[in-house]
This record gives sequence, structure tokens and C-alpha cells, in this order.
Amino acid sequence: MLKFIALRLLQGMLVLLGIYAVTFVLVAATPGSPFSSERAIAPEILAQIEAFYGYDKPLGERFITSLGNVLQGEFGPSAVYANRTVTQIIAESFPVSIKLGSISLLLALVLGVPAGILAAVKRNTWLDYLPMSVSMAGICLPTFVMGPLLALVFGLILKMLPVAGWYGPEYVVLPATTLGLYYAAYFARLTRGGMLEMLNQDWVRTARAKGVPEHTIIWKHCLKGGLIPAITFLGPALAGIISGSFVVETIFQIPGLGQWFVRAALNRDDFLVLGLTVLFAAMIVIMNLLVDIVQVALNPRLKYD
Amino acid sequence: MTDHSETAVLGKDSAPVIAEEELVEGSSLWKDAWARLRKNKVAVGSLVVFVLICLFCVLGPFLSPYDSNAQDLFSGAEGPSADHWFGTDTLGRDLMVRVMVGGRISLMVGLVATVVALAIGVIYGATAGYIGGKVDASMMRFVDLLYALPFTIFVILLMVAFGRSMWLMFVAIGCVEWLSMARIVRSGVLSLKKQEFVEAAVSLGYSHSRIILRHLIPNVLGPVIVIATLTVPAVMLLEAFLSFLGLGVQPPNASWGVLINEGQANMEIYPWLLLFPAAFFAVTLFCLNFIGDGLRDALDPKSAKD
Repeated sequence: MLKFIALRLLQGMLVLLGIYAVTFVLVAATPGSPFSSERAIAPEILAQIEAFYGYDKPLGERFITSLGNVLQGEFGPSAVYANRTVTQIIAESFPVSIKLGSISLLLALVLGVPAGILAAVKRNTWLDYLPMSVSMAGICLPTFVMGPLLALVFGLILKMLPVAGWYGPEYVVLPATTLGLYYAAYFARLTRGGMLEMLNQDWVRTARAKGVPEHTIIWKHCLKGGLIPAITFLGPALAGIISGSFVVETIFQIPGLGQWFVRAALNRDDFLVLGLTVLFAAMIVIMNLLVDIVQVALNPRLKYD
Repeated sequence: MTDHSETAVLGKDSAPVIAEEELVEGSSLWKDAWARLRKNKVAVGSLVVFVLICLFCVLGPFLSPYDSNAQDLFSGAEGPSADHWFGTDTLGRDLMVRVMVGGRISLMVGLVATVVALAIGVIYGATAGYIGGKVDASMMRFVDLLYALPFTIFVILLMVAFGRSMWLMFVAIGCVEWLSMARIVRSGVLSLKKQEFVEAAVSLGYSHSRIILRHLIPNVLGPVIVIATLTVPAVMLLEAFLSFLGLGVQPPNASWGVLINEGQANMEIYPWLLLFPAAFFAVTLFCLNFIGDGLRDALDPKSAKD
């Protein structure tokens, strides 16, 4: 197990390095410069600005320096917001995104997994059809449709919840629901599929024939295996919640990482784009590592793949 | 006259005729699948609705008196009326025509990007499965690695770096969505290549490419069609996501994502601007998902519920 984890960690590092290199090339290939503006700047001043940010050096040298800095945890200055470093921006907005993301993911699991188990156990009754059609609707209403609709209904028509900003706990409800419902739908469908596969196994029939009570079959024999598809989906779900946060934070005006990323990409804030990409990628890589470990723990046969 | 009456007789029960034609081609799997699909009311209903939406979007603009970009500032942002069934947007453009034209682009993204994904995924997966061994292991490891990456971020960066061209977006999305396709083709090929008919083809001295293209790929077509049908909504979703963030289709061109974005900007005052495009988008995704599920049940009866 330790060797497996070490191997995956090493692999994760390599993936992050690759992502950093690709992002660096993409950012460098973007036409224009972060320092160009509407007003004409004297060439001497522009040269000074570029020298300050290290843009006068050749590309290869810039790559090495920036990589060295990132390895020391220093993401550099923001190229657009003067006197602010990428680390400062991340330190301010990361907690916001963590809060929004973890509440969404929790909501998705708490709603989705029990609904999936229920649907599988009561299959082909209304307790199966109802949650499954609701979840189908959830999958077909992506965040950028669900968000405005929820804001319209609960914010503007019923006036129950605020539609924009990030101040008290009531400001979390709509964005977290928007993000979470979509993945709740996925978790419900995956859990239902996984549980059904378990319940259809021959050994379940044997257990039933031997008179094992139904709840023991469901909770003790099937749950562990039946949850594997849902657990596998945790990695993609986190990636999805991160990219979903780009939309949700824009809709609900939340000062989190997602909104910063979109703005940085559009404004060509090179250091901020690089820093945020690496941060997002690191979170996803770590989540995938955790998922891998849990999976091997649940199903030891996977270890030898 | 006699010709007429004959066609009339044939026309009466045209369904068996179609079935017989397919039988002539000797693919009873497809015939069975079609029969099973027809029994699935949800899938057939979805197919009908989807075809209607496609017709609406493709033919609609020719029949409408309005141009999708013609502004009429005197009748800006009016609610649905007899003149403008879906109302008009803030610039006085007829929303119905814009939904149709936007639908064309959204549906085209779905089609083109899926074809790109299909091409990459099938070739990659079939090659990996056919060669097998270490090559297969490393090729699939690469797919696993890509699966774990934050792709939306790269699509966003790609769009920023290389301009917001529509065709680039098609390709970028296609390049992201081929992974599950490759996995499914690979596992299909892996289980097929040990069967006798492949052995026979090898012993007849056929080339590798002929065996892959003529013998293996046709046999994994069923699951590939299913996953392709399910890729279309995923692709459309990604396009709408990008357009919503202002990185995809650029105004004055419209896609459903652009329209939803414009709609949500003004939703307090003009909710219809959000509701119509959102409804079309959601219903289309709904239908495509149901068609995909129905096809899965039809082509692989084992996986069907009960």
C-alpha cells in the first residue's frame, strides 16, 4: 500500500509539472501582453514594467525562474492588479471557494447517495421513478441554467434569499444548491447503478435463499461494492465543481477563485492564471489520489492493476 | 393507377417493409435493436421531440419574417406577443429567430465535436486494444492521466490564446471528450480479438489495419453509438458553458449558451429572455440523454433494467 501511494504521489507531481509547462506555453502563446492598455505608454516605461515582471528575459529563462519560484510557494505578482501578489489573492479568495465547494459537494452526497440506494432497493416502483426522473432533470439543467432560475424564483419572485454577494450564511444557499444539485443527480444515478449490480449478483440470491434478512443484505453485503462507482466519481465531481464555480461565482457575484480565474484569463493576468491553474490541478490530483486509495481499500483486487 | 394502388398497399404497413429491408442486409442485431427501441416509449418520444427541435432550428429561420440580427429599437424587450411569439430582446431582435439560429450552432457543435471525439477515441482505443500488452497498458495509463486533468481550464486557456473562433472551439471540445470513447472501444476490441473470427482473419493473412477496420470496429459499433449519443449533450453543455462565460460563440452570433447568458443578465425585468432559450436547451439535453439510454437498452439487452 505504501509503495502504491508513493508511486501515485510521484505520478501526481509529474502530472502537475506537465500541467504547469502546458499552461506556461499557452499563456505565453496568447497574443498581446498583460501590460498593454488603452492609453499609449512610453516605450521606456513599458520596457521598465516588463523588466520588473521579468518579461525582458527569453522564454526558457522565464520558465525556469517561474517554476523555481512556484516550487518555493511564490506565485509572483499579479500582472494586472498593481501591488498585489498572486499568493495574496489566493489567500483571500481560497477560503470562500473552499466553503462554497465543500458545502456543494456535501449537499450532492447527502442528497444523491441515499436517493440512489432507495431507488435501487425499491426498483421499478415510484420510489425509483420519482428520484430518477428528478435526477435526469437535474443533469439536463446545467449550473448556468439552474443558477439564474433559482435566483429568479427564490430571490426575485419569492424574495426569500439574496441573489448576489457573499456576506452571511444565507448567501451560501442558492450558489451551493446550484452547484450541488447537478452532482447530486449524478451521484444518485451512479449509486443506483452500482447497487443494482450488486443486488443482481448470484451470491445475493444465495444469501436470500439462506434467509439473510434484507437489510443485512443491503447494508452489509451490497453497500460497500455498490458505492464504488459513486466514489470513483468524486474526482471528476471535484473537477466539475471547480469549473462550475467559474459560472456560479460569476452569476452570484462571489469573490472566490473561480471568478478570479475567469477574469485573469480574460485580462491576460499571466501569473494569476498560472498560479490558479496549478492550484486547481493540485486539488484535483490530490482528490484523485485519495479516491484511488479508498478504491483499493474497498476492492483489493485493484492493487495489482 | 395500378402503381399507385400498389404503393398505397405497401404504404399501409410500411414498418415491416423497413424491417425486411434491414433483414436483407443481414444484420439482425440492428433489427432486434430497432424493435426494442420502438417499444421504449420514452426514447421514441424523445426522438420525436428532438427531430422536431432540429427541424424548428434548421428550417425555422427561412419561414420567419424576421432576421436574427435585425434590430428594431422601437420594439425592444417586449414580452411574447402575436408578432413576436417569444418576445424580443433588449435590441428589439426577434427572440424566436435567435433561438432557432442559436440552436443551429449549438446542435452543430454537438455534431462536429462528437465526430472529432469519435474519430480520435475509436482509432486510439482500437489500436490500444488490438496491440495489447505493454503498449496497451501505457496508452490507457495516458488516458487515465488525462481523465484526471482539469480540462475545462485548458479549453478556457485555449480559447483565450487562439482567439474565439468557432471551429477551434469545436476541435478543442472534441479533443477533450474522446476519452470515454477510447476506453469503451478498447475494452470491446480486447474481448473480441481472442475470438475465432479474428483468428480466422489472421490466418488468412489479412493486414492489421484491415482486421481493425473491417472486423473489430464494426463489432463494437453498438456501444460506440450509445456513447456517441451521450457525448452530444456533454459537448453541447461545454459549448454553452464557454459561451456563457463569453469565451465561446461571439455576439452578434448566437448559440443557446450566448442567449442564456444574455437572458440571465436581464432576468429580473425580462424573464422570457432567459426562459425560452433555457427551455430549448434543457429539453434538447433531456431528449438526447433519453435517446442514449434507450439505445443502450436496445443495443445491449443485458444492461437493460430487469
